[in-house]
Amino acid sequence: MRLDQLPLRQESRIASIDWDGLSPREAKRLRELGFDDGVSVEALHRGALKGPLACRVGRMIVALRRGVAASVIVEPA
Amino acid sequence: MNPAPMIALVGNPNAGKSALFNALTGARQKVGNYPGVTVERKVGRMALDDGRPLELVDLPGTYSLDPQSPDEQVTRDVLFGRQEGERTPSALVVVVDATNLDNHLRFVLQLVALGLPTVVALNMIDMAARDGLEIDVARLSAELGVPVVPTVAVRKRGLEELREALGRAVGGGGKAVFATGAPKEIATLQRDARRIADAVTTQQRQGNVWTQRVDRIALHPVIGPILLTGLMFVMFQAVFSWSQTPIEWLASLQAWLGNQAVTHLPDNILRSLLVEGVINGVGSVVAYLPQILILFFFILMLEATGYMVRAAFLMDRLMAGVGLSGRAFIPLLSSFACAIPGIMATRSIDDPKDRLTTILIAPLMTCSARLPVYAVVIGAFIPAKKVLPGIGLQGLVLFCLYVAGIVGSMLVAAVFKRTVTKGGGGGFLMEMPKYQMPVWRDVALGLWQRAYVFLRRAGTVILWVTIVLWALTSFPKAPDGVKQSEYSIAGRIASGIEPIVRPVGFNHALALAIIPAMAAREVAVSALQTVYSIDSGDDEKVGQERLATRLRGAWSLPTALAFLAWFVFAPQCLSTIAVIRRETNGWKWPLFALGYLFVLAWCAAGITFWTATALGL
Repeated sequence: MRLDQLPLRQESRIASIDWDGLSPREAKRLRELGFDDGVSVEALHRGALKGPLACRVGRMIVALRRGVAASVIVEPA
Repeated sequence: MNPAPMIALVGNPNAGKSALFNALTGARQKVGNYPGVTVERKVGRMALDDGRPLELVDLPGTYSLDPQSPDEQVTRDVLFGRQEGERTPSALVVVVDATNLDNHLRFVLQLVALGLPTVVALNMIDMAARDGLEIDVARLSAELGVPVVPTVAVRKRGLEELREALGRAVGGGGKAVFATGAPKEIATLQRDARRIADAVTTQQRQGNVWTQRVDRIALHPVIGPILLTGLMFVMFQAVFSWSQTPIEWLASLQAWLGNQAVTHLPDNILRSLLVEGVINGVGSVVAYLPQILILFFFILMLEATGYMVRAAFLMDRLMAGVGLSGRAFIPLLSSFACAIPGIMATRSIDDPKDRLTTILIAPLMTCSARLPVYAVVIGAFIPAKKVLPGIGLQGLVLFCLYVAGIVGSMLVAAVFKRTVTKGGGGGFLMEMPKYQMPVWRDVALGLWQRAYVFLRRAGTVILWVTIVLWALTSFPKAPDGVKQSEYSIAGRIASGIEPIVRPVGFNHALALAIIPAMAAREVAVSALQTVYSIDSGDDEKVGQERLATRLRGAWSLPTALAFLAWFVFAPQCLSTIAVIRRETNGWKWPLFALGYLFVLAWCAAGITFWTATALGL
């Protein structure tokens, strides 16, 4: 399942990230914010009208757009 | 004598770095800029417990040393001793958020690898305890190979231990030995960081309960935006209503000063300069200090509590509609206080095209310097009645002016993103810090710094412009039967530009007021003050007579409304143009901004004037 499809407040884990589908800038930021295989992740809030997504990554809350979230593949924790 | 050793304070954003800097240096700090780039340089002094002085430099909050933004470039250059105008640091204090070790440790590992004497401040240790996290400090220190000191910067806890550790780091005379080994991949560092974090942390129970609970409301797709709108409305209502009493105090102080001068000084040219130029001119600008401080108070509070990033989250969808991201919201909101810090804050936007667009529309946000102008015109022409309980008509009009600026900026951004700044699209990706109680000391310090900047401006730029303007409006002396404001040098210049602005309803005095307002917008008020008090001739009354009464006599309502509309868009601030030049490295964009803003201002004033006249207002 992709991170943007993940139901809210469901503990999951990052299975893989499609780094090549992201711009180098986005990929760098995503890494800096702690996105990596095996990290625990949970979708928390979704903005209205296909707005951004807030999710917990490790112990941090990160806001990102759904297009980027679609590059993150998650699996049940 | 050797200068005091320099210590660099580094860390991720949201680690509490600034709070620690304030706690260590108190108010002994200087804010400046690094040469050539627009990265803020904050320096403070502190003393070790044995009396040795240290110079502490607060570097920008960054996530890594890969130079991609100017902030990261400066941080990297300072740490490698390559930054112009900065010595190589004798030691580093790395600030980490104890509740977010797994992520912050990666940057620590990168910094420790530099080989400089390093002390880690394990900050917000109280929040970690509250979140049910237990951290084995000794083990963390052993894993990293540098001393680790638990601190709570906002409560000033752990500072003594930190100074002690710093004393040892500096005293050891540790020479900078730069690691020669190949720098590790970011992904490898990340995994090392997670391994260490897991080894030293014990999670007792689920943490972060508070932040998540508040976010369920603040980020709710329906309630969230309503809350944000409400908050913005309260903020602008407060700017008007809370400031009434202090403004009256300042006005009576000004009147008293004017009367004193009139009573005690002989009637000559010097008294005229002092009363009409200095006291009334500068006084009418200083009178708006309360409103500016209230606005900055709200902005500082929104930043300190962590709500600002939530606002960016809520705004992202809307900003995406015009091709920007929620990140642009923060510089734009700062621009409500002043476009200069706002434009400087665009540095946090990675994408160059997004950043340029944000810089170009920042002057459309109603800055606090426009407030004096709005306040005086609204006060004179809009009746102070209630439309709804708790909502005054004056506040509502002010709100509409702000909205006009915002809507205008969004339309302009949408046009620019399709034309001159086409391409790019940096997206929206940012950390959302935990909610925090604001530290009153830090908010007070921030407010003081703004008040100081404003008063220094009033004391220098505004004072000089006012004096020059007074001279230009006072000479040459008009013969009997001719109006001084038309006969004087300034009057003749104004007559020259009057044909351009007459179609949009501006009279001669208005044409005169918008010239000096180029130097600083708020001078428009003192310019009107000076023009009308010089025409009235008898300076006995000058101190008491309110500008508002004079304006009501001289302008029609459509003219007043057109003047307000003009100020929503007009590029009347040379400092803003100068900052745009510095930030964009050339004259192309500041001149572009100047041009498009003038055209917009003229059209807005015209449409307002013609509509209001047609409606018979």
